[in-house]
Amino acid sequence: MDTPESSLTSHPFLEGLTPRHLSIIGECASRVNFKAGQFLFREQEEAAKFYLINHGQVAVEIFRSRRGPITIQTLGEGQALGWLWFDKPYHWHYDARAVQLTRATALDVKSLMHICEQDHELGYALMKRYGQMLAVQFRVITMQMADMYG
Amino acid sequence: MLNPATEPMLPRPFRVLKVGRETADTFTLTLEAAGGGQGFSFAPGQFNMLYAFGIGESPISISGNPERPETLVHTIRAVGAVTRTICGLKKGEILGGRGPFGAPWPMAAAAGQDVLVIAGGLGLAPLRPAVYHLLSHRQDYGNLELIYGARTPEDLLYYKELEGWRGRFDFRVHVTVDAARGEWRGSVGVVPHIIPRARFDPVNTVALVCGPGVMMRFTVQELLAHGLKPENIYVSMERNMKCGLGLCGHCQLGPFFVCKDGPVFRYDQLQDWFLAREV
Repeated sequence: MDTPESSLTSHPFLEGLTPRHLSIIGECASRVNFKAGQFLFREQEEAAKFYLINHGQVAVEIFRSRRGPITIQTLGEGQALGWLWFDKPYHWHYDARAVQLTRATALDVKSLMHICEQDHELGYALMKRYGQMLAVQFRVITMQMADMYG
Repeated sequence: MLNPATEPMLPRPFRVLKVGRETADTFTLTLEAAGGGQGFSFAPGQFNMLYAFGIGESPISISGNPERPETLVHTIRAVGAVTRTICGLKKGEILGGRGPFGAPWPMAAAAGQDVLVIAGGLGLAPLRPAVYHLLSHRQDYGNLELIYGARTPEDLLYYKELEGWRGRFDFRVHVTVDAARGEWRGSVGVVPHIIPRARFDPVNTVALVCGPGVMMRFTVQELLAHGLKPENIYVSMERNMKCGLGLCGHCQLGPFFVCKDGPVFRYDQLQDWFLAREV
């Protein structure tokens, strides 16, 4: 059956977590679908969700007046979106829009932070994954800033 | 095309048959021998020294199909006096050329393996002959994947051809750009970040990598992290090549002359110099 728990089990971000921890995370998870062109979130909105993408593609955009939206990254199946949920004031700094029909698991950030405080073992397991994701993001952005094709 | 063994420093005249614009500053020239004669045999990855008469010479990778030797194809970015002059040539005009020079991509050694072709920016030009070879000998290779990155969608080379390759069932093509506006529906991100999406057996895969130095450095790191053996990674190096024969020393890289020992190197043979600065 296609439940939030089943999509959590198969997502690379949560690979290696125990069934108990997956079950706890499942309590703050919901399945969400976005049509092509639909925004997952927009700049300045509260960063209330952390998305695990199961299918499709999402463009992360920065809007610049006169130039319109500029896509700075795309994320697809098996990737995670939302690296600001530990950065006060928990507002998005950019837009995220589905490039094609996208299915994702949305994790409620407040609930997730709460369970991390309650269960430090789970909290550490999530932080390790979150840290790795940030490291990858940092590497990618560094390479983009280097303008290596210049 | 020429006979470097007997007249290696003597440019021969070539007539421009066609000039096609790839991007704002990059052009593809199709040439034929001005005096007629035999076709231009070359191996994928080799280069020619192209001569703008009265201006100077520049090393340019051959980007045509090695199995269609009747014409010679070069993709050139107009960045200096020589390349700007060559890119400004019109149909029927003449330029000089000598070659082919250098060590090619290991097409025979890659037979029976999965092949990852990884290009950044203008780096697709020297890899295009390898792609032609792989596709025309498709049965000799395992899974084939092309990962190609550029700064923006407007900077992508061979756009129509990429679309054609993408339509094949036996060749997976991943195209990514650093940033995009408008209607771009493809991937945005850097080349090394795309590697995990490719399907390959790391133990039986050969990677052919060409692009800017920074891109190649991070790409090789990612390939090694995914289990590729250093001896199965090949990189094409760019240096200030002048003679093309390993005589003048302009293109020296440690113990190698890039024009003669390269431009294609097996990574395990080059790795001590690959990351070295100021050499």
